[in-house]
Amino acid sequence: MFALGLAGLLVRRNLIFVLMSIEVMMNAAGLAFVTAGSRWSQPDGQVMFIFVLATAAAEVSVGLALLLQLYHQYKSLDADAASQMRG
Amino acid sequence: MHALFYVAAVVAILATVRVITCLNAVHALLYLIVSLLSVAIVLYSLGAPFIAALEVIVYAGAIMVLFIFVVMMLNLGAKAVDTERTWLKPSMWIGPCILAAILIAEVAYLLSRGTSAAHSGIIVGPKQVGMSLFGTYLMGVELASMLLLGALVAAYHLSARKREKLEIRNVTDTDRTGTAAGGDLVRTGTGGPSRAA
Repeated sequence: MFALGLAGLLVRRNLIFVLMSIEVMMNAAGLAFVTAGSRWSQPDGQVMFIFVLATAAAEVSVGLALLLQLYHQYKSLDADAASQMRG
Repeated sequence: MHALFYVAAVVAILATVRVITCLNAVHALLYLIVSLLSVAIVLYSLGAPFIAALEVIVYAGAIMVLFIFVVMMLNLGAKAVDTERTWLKPSMWIGPCILAAILIAEVAYLLSRGTSAAHSGIIVGPKQVGMSLFGTYLMGVELASMLLLGALVAAYHLSARKREKLEIRNVTDTDRTGTAAGGDLVRTGTGGPSRAA
């Protein structure tokens, strides 16, 4: 699932899909943490999942704010448009 | 119980594949919600019911609402009615509905079996998680709270600076065109959504 998210990140150029792929990757990492934690029956994996959750929420809020800003700037959601940014 | 885990995992992977192959953002969001819900069921079958509940509430609740809000905000304009009409076609919601029906069947099966989640692993309950979270990882909790506070301030700053710039531009436009262009504010007001479309 992490590989799927990474593939989505590489394939798509639309910024909304890039953000969704990052979500998928974070989710997969959290799932791996919880799986490892339940394999060794430790609560640390779930603690790490809570941290991953908080990080994902923060990242999504900042990412979507940046996306809105960029959209009003360039009138498109193409990630290549942002690579021509200067200064 | 193993079958439950594998069915939910297959649903999650199918939904994720559809997320990255969908062309429309709203379709992809629907599949993403289904994927998150199935991951929640996978977590439950792994013996982490607290984390499963958190996944549903935070991911499928808060983060997806944020995504949908932004997508709907970017879709404003004259063609919104047409897209709304095309969204109501059955070919659009039948796929997520099938996958979600599988998940509902799983949840119903779980509820019919009773509340005891007998599975391969050991249940790590919320009490253990809380003890570890506020004992060993107290510094991590503080760092996460600082990160969330920083994200809050950053999101507010990023969305507020644009509005100031827009107001300044409007003021300079009205200054340049003089008082005769009384419809300038009206024009910027109507030109905004159509430009955003």
